[in-house]
Amino acid sequence: MSPVLIAVCVLGGIGLVSALLLVLASKYMAVPVDEKFPAIRACLPGANCGACGYAGCDGYANALAAGEEEKTNKCIAGGQDVAKAVAETMGLAFEAVVEVNAFVHCRGDCLNTRKRTEFQGARSCAAAKLLFGSDGACHYGCIGYGDCASVCPENAINIINGIAHINDIRCMGCGACARTCPQGIIEVLPKEFEVEVSCSNHDKGPAVKKACAAGCIGCTLCAKKCPEGAITMVNNLPEIDHGKCSGCGTCASVCPQKVILYGNKV
Amino acid sequence: MTKVLMIAFMMIFTQNYVLVQFLAICPFLGVSQKFDSCIGMSGAVIFVMTLASAVTWLIYTYIMVPLGLDYLSTIIFILVIAALVQFVEIFLKKFIKPLYNSLGVYLPLITTNCAVLAVTLLNISEKYNLLESCVDGFSAGVGFGLALILFCGVRKALERAKPPKSWAGLPITLVAAALTSMTFMGFTGIADKLFG
Repeated sequence: MSPVLIAVCVLGGIGLVSALLLVLASKYMAVPVDEKFPAIRACLPGANCGACGYAGCDGYANALAAGEEEKTNKCIAGGQDVAKAVAETMGLAFEAVVEVNAFVHCRGDCLNTRKRTEFQGARSCAAAKLLFGSDGACHYGCIGYGDCASVCPENAINIINGIAHINDIRCMGCGACARTCPQGIIEVLPKEFEVEVSCSNHDKGPAVKKACAAGCIGCTLCAKKCPEGAITMVNNLPEIDHGKCSGCGTCASVCPQKVILYGNKV
Repeated sequence: MTKVLMIAFMMIFTQNYVLVQFLAICPFLGVSQKFDSCIGMSGAVIFVMTLASAVTWLIYTYIMVPLGLDYLSTIIFILVIAALVQFVEIFLKKFIKPLYNSLGVYLPLITTNCAVLAVTLLNISEKYNLLESCVDGFSAGVGFGLALILFCGVRKALERAKPPKSWAGLPITLVAAALTSMTFMGFTGIADKLFG
C-alpha cells in the first residue's frame, strides 16, 4: 500500500472514530436543555440587580427552569406583574411578591458617636475599612462615606449626619447596598416586619457605651420581656425571629437605648 | 524521578509556555481580567493538557510510529485534541456537573489552544515516556495558570494606575505583559544547576 493511502486511511479513520464517539456520546449522555428557560427569561425585567439572590436574571430563570427554585415571586424589581407572568409560564401557583426595603442596622450618626481617627484617604467606606477597620469609634457601625449611596440605582440612600438613611418610598429592595456595605450592616427586610434592631455592635455593654450613645448594650431586657419568646441574644445583640413576632412592640418600649425600632422604622 | 521533577520545574518556571515561550498569549490577555476566570481557565487548561498529553502519546506510540506516520503528528493531534475536548465537555456535563459548571465555559475556548498542541508536540520531540508526558502536560498547565494569576494581579494594579491617554488600555497591558515576561527570564539556567 502506498504511504499516501496509509496516511489518508489513518487520518480518516481517527477522524471517523472520533466523530462516531462524539455522536454516541451526545446521544447517550445528552442532558435535556429545558425549553422553559427562554420563556421564563422573557418574563423577567433583565435588570440583573441580583435581588432574587441569583447572579442576574439568567441565573434566576435557570434555577426556575431546572426546578431548583420553586418561588416565582423572587423578582422584587419586577413586582407583582412579573411574578404573575413567571407563575403562568411555570404553571405554578401565583404568590404575591413580598415587598422589601433596605434597612441600616445602625443609628450611630455624628450626634451619637464620633470618629476615632481622622481619615484623609479616598471618601469611600471600603477604603476606610481597609485602613483602620472603620475610622469610627464603633468598629461595627456605619462609616458614612456613602458607598451604598453611590451604588443605589434608585438614589434612595442619603448620608445624613454621617450615616446612611434609606428612602423607603424610592427603595425597591434590590439589595445592591447590602452587598456593597463593607460593614455588612444593611439588610433587605420585608416591609411587614414590625420591629428591627438598629445596632450591629457585638461588644459588651461598657464598650458600646463608650463608643456610641445609640448602641445596644446587650442588657437582654427585650429577650426577657418578649411575650412570644421571639428574641434571642446572639453575640450581645438581640435577634428577632420574625416568624414568632406578633408585632406587639413590647421590646421597643422596654429597650433602654431605644435601639429596637417599632412600626415606621426610620 | 529527578527527570520528572526537572520537567515540572522547567515547565512552570524556566520554560513557562506563556511568559518564556510566548504560546497561548490569546487566553493570557483575554481571560486575565478577573481572578475567578483565571482560576477556571487554569483548571481547564491543566485538565485538558494532562489528558491530551496522555492520549496523544498513546496514539503516537501505538498507531503512528508503527505505520511510519510521525510526520502527520500536527494534524492528527489537532483532530484528536478537538475531539477529546468535545467529548470531555459532554462527559462532564452529564456525570460531573459541578466540575462542568466551573470549567465548562472555558473548555471550548481551549479546543484549539496553541499551548495544548505545543505540549503534545514537544512531548514527542523530547522523546518523553507516558509518565513524563503527563507530568509535562500537567506542569505546563500549572505554569500557564501561574502566569495567568500573576498577570491578573498586574492588571489589577494597572486598573488603578492612570497611564497617558495614548497608552491606556491594550498598549499598557502589552507593556506590562512584556515586563512580567522579563521577570521570568531570571529563572534561566536554574533548572540545569538544580538538577544538573
